Amino acid sequence: MAIWLTKDSKVIVQGMTGSEGSKHTRRMLAAGTNVVGGVNPRKAGTTVEFDGTELPVFASVADAMKDTGADVTVIFVPPQFTKGAVIEAIDAEIPLAVVITEGVPVHDTAAFWAYNVAKGERTRIIGPNCPGIASPGASNAGIIPADITGTGRIGLVSKSGTLTYQMMYELRDIGFSTCVGIGGDPIIGTTHIDALAAFEADPDTDAIVMIGEIGGDAEERAAEFIKANVTKPVVGYIAGFTAPPGKTMGHAGAIISGSAGTADAKKAALEAVGVKVGKTPTETAKLMREIMSAG
Amino acid sequence: MDLYEYQGRDLFERHGLPVLAGGVATTPEEARAIAERLGGRVVVKAQVKVGGRGKAGGVKLAEGAEETVARATDILGMDIKGHTVHKVMITVTADVADEYYFSYLLDRANRTFLCIASVAGGMDIEQVAAETPEKVVKAPIDAVEGVDEAKAREIVSAAGFPAEVADQVVDIAVGLWKAFVAEDATLVEVNPLAKTKDGKLLLLDAKISLDENAGFRHPDHEALVDQATVDPLEQAAKAKDLNYVKLDGEVGIIGNGAGLVMSTLDVVAYAGERHGNVKPANFLDIGGGASAAVMANGLEIVLSDPSVKSVFVNVFGGITACDEVANGIIQALALLEQRGEQVTKPLVVRLDGNNAEAGRAILDGANNPLVQRVDTMDGAAERAAELAAAGV
Repeated sequence: MAIWLTKDSKVIVQGMTGSEGSKHTRRMLAAGTNVVGGVNPRKAGTTVEFDGTELPVFASVADAMKDTGADVTVIFVPPQFTKGAVIEAIDAEIPLAVVITEGVPVHDTAAFWAYNVAKGERTRIIGPNCPGIASPGASNAGIIPADITGTGRIGLVSKSGTLTYQMMYELRDIGFSTCVGIGGDPIIGTTHIDALAAFEADPDTDAIVMIGEIGGDAEERAAEFIKANVTKPVVGYIAGFTAPPGKTMGHAGAIISGSAGTADAKKAALEAVGVKVGKTPTETAKLMREIMSAG
Repeated sequence: MDLYEYQGRDLFERHGLPVLAGGVATTPEEARAIAERLGGRVVVKAQVKVGGRGKAGGVKLAEGAEETVARATDILGMDIKGHTVHKVMITVTADVADEYYFSYLLDRANRTFLCIASVAGGMDIEQVAAETPEKVVKAPIDAVEGVDEAKAREIVSAAGFPAEVADQVVDIAVGLWKAFVAEDATLVEVNPLAKTKDGKLLLLDAKISLDENAGFRHPDHEALVDQATVDPLEQAAKAKDLNYVKLDGEVGIIGNGAGLVMSTLDVVAYAGERHGNVKPANFLDIGGGASAAVMANGLEIVLSDPSVKSVFVNVFGGITACDEVANGIIQALALLEQRGEQVTKPLVVRLDGNNAEAGRAILDGANNPLVQRVDTMDGAAERAAELAAAGV
């Protein structure tokens, strides 16, 4: 078992015929993901071959679901078309939509999120601007490299892509149940709290690593949630302790204005509820290693 | 991107919102032309993206063209909290009877937008919210439904705007929302929203932030960037599509992925505490690909910063294989030499992840005296800080 993505997940790719989409469809297939097709209205009815696997292209997410039983979509379409692609996925009521696209206007994300809420949140949205979700040894939906680590009993939730990989690598001998990259944008579909709740409920996860970064108050809210709802050990890492205020560091969300949202404030909030927070990724991995070996 | 007040005034005017007639000047002569066009009494305001300019003497009244020229001459070139004044906004004056507050902004926690309104405007809204929270209304706005007349009436009534201005505030609330959406803003703040003695409402100040991700549907927004205040290195990096932020330290940083680079800054700053207090000189994320050309562009920017004494290249090979990255670094150094750049600063390289062994072997094989390989992030940061401290 794992959270949200298992070996039984059937994955389609919106934007499969584009350059990023086709590159990562190939990688997902190589990782053992059950990719069952793609969506592109202009190429509907054709097939695309990936190293010996023929994948059908459908006109819409709804068509693809009807034909293949798909329950996960990974979205690689350019930012201009992302809102439309997500709304199509929501309309089709697909259970999981992973939005990889970077550079989506926040008004578009706010709009598709509001639309999802109005429709009763039948679709879990991960992202945008995220590396996706991987359940090592089972399935991989997105761009997280599949060969960093094997399956294990740590759950990982992170705002950042390469820091996710770094942490997976540091703890590769222990392994992970599921790694979720939730993305660093100001508005995201799945939060730290959603992932913490899912890991808490997952019988195959024993402990959780949570990676945050400066900006917003998601980590502070996660700390409150942990206090009330999480019994499994949590280890945290926050990037951006030394970032100067008022500068945006790549992720649109990673900007500090005023005193709120600093790494120190986040660290203090997490430590106050018993979460051990590492100063560096390596130290964080060490803290998790101690927890796992204490068993 | 944060706009200047005059850019906000222009934007409001374009969207049909009531603002004071005015213009912006970069020289006293331009100020004279505006004063002559406006006639009578005007206010000359320094255009800086920092608060407290009134106290600093950056806001002055002037009567007629001559006095306007004199005040503009005083204010242009002034230093306000480290910001040099390059422009002044000149507007006619208003007889203000009352000051209100009105804004729309992004509400990250609730994944939607928020309207904040108060009849206690003119001062710091955070202070009003802290001291008299009952005077501040925070209304969530549904991103799909937006603000129509009914929603606007709800806000106006909740905030307790006086009956005689209610209709005007409703119109402004609806118009401001339209502008907020049309311009892909993440913040529009009007403080004060002023009532004049003859009962008219005016948007007297503007704090506006625009979403750079939405640039593809706003080609006109590019012109709002004030090139004069952009760091030249940041400008050069932007021209090469690099995600670069100039900082104040001595250790140049190159990495892949925003989170990893942010983390690298931290690790270097910690190491710096043990080595002459050196600090990161920049943030530079070269992204997942990390090709030789991108690496060369990145190195060129970082090495051209005179305060850089050593460079830390921190790459985790996820999708990119480390042997490609290693080749990229070697080729980048060769490329820089071909371009006639004299590379003399030491590079500390840490490669980990996908094909790390092969990548390290390539670095070793190249035998470049400037390149030092350290295989852990913490160890490499330590070495880069030590080298920077020795070179300072």
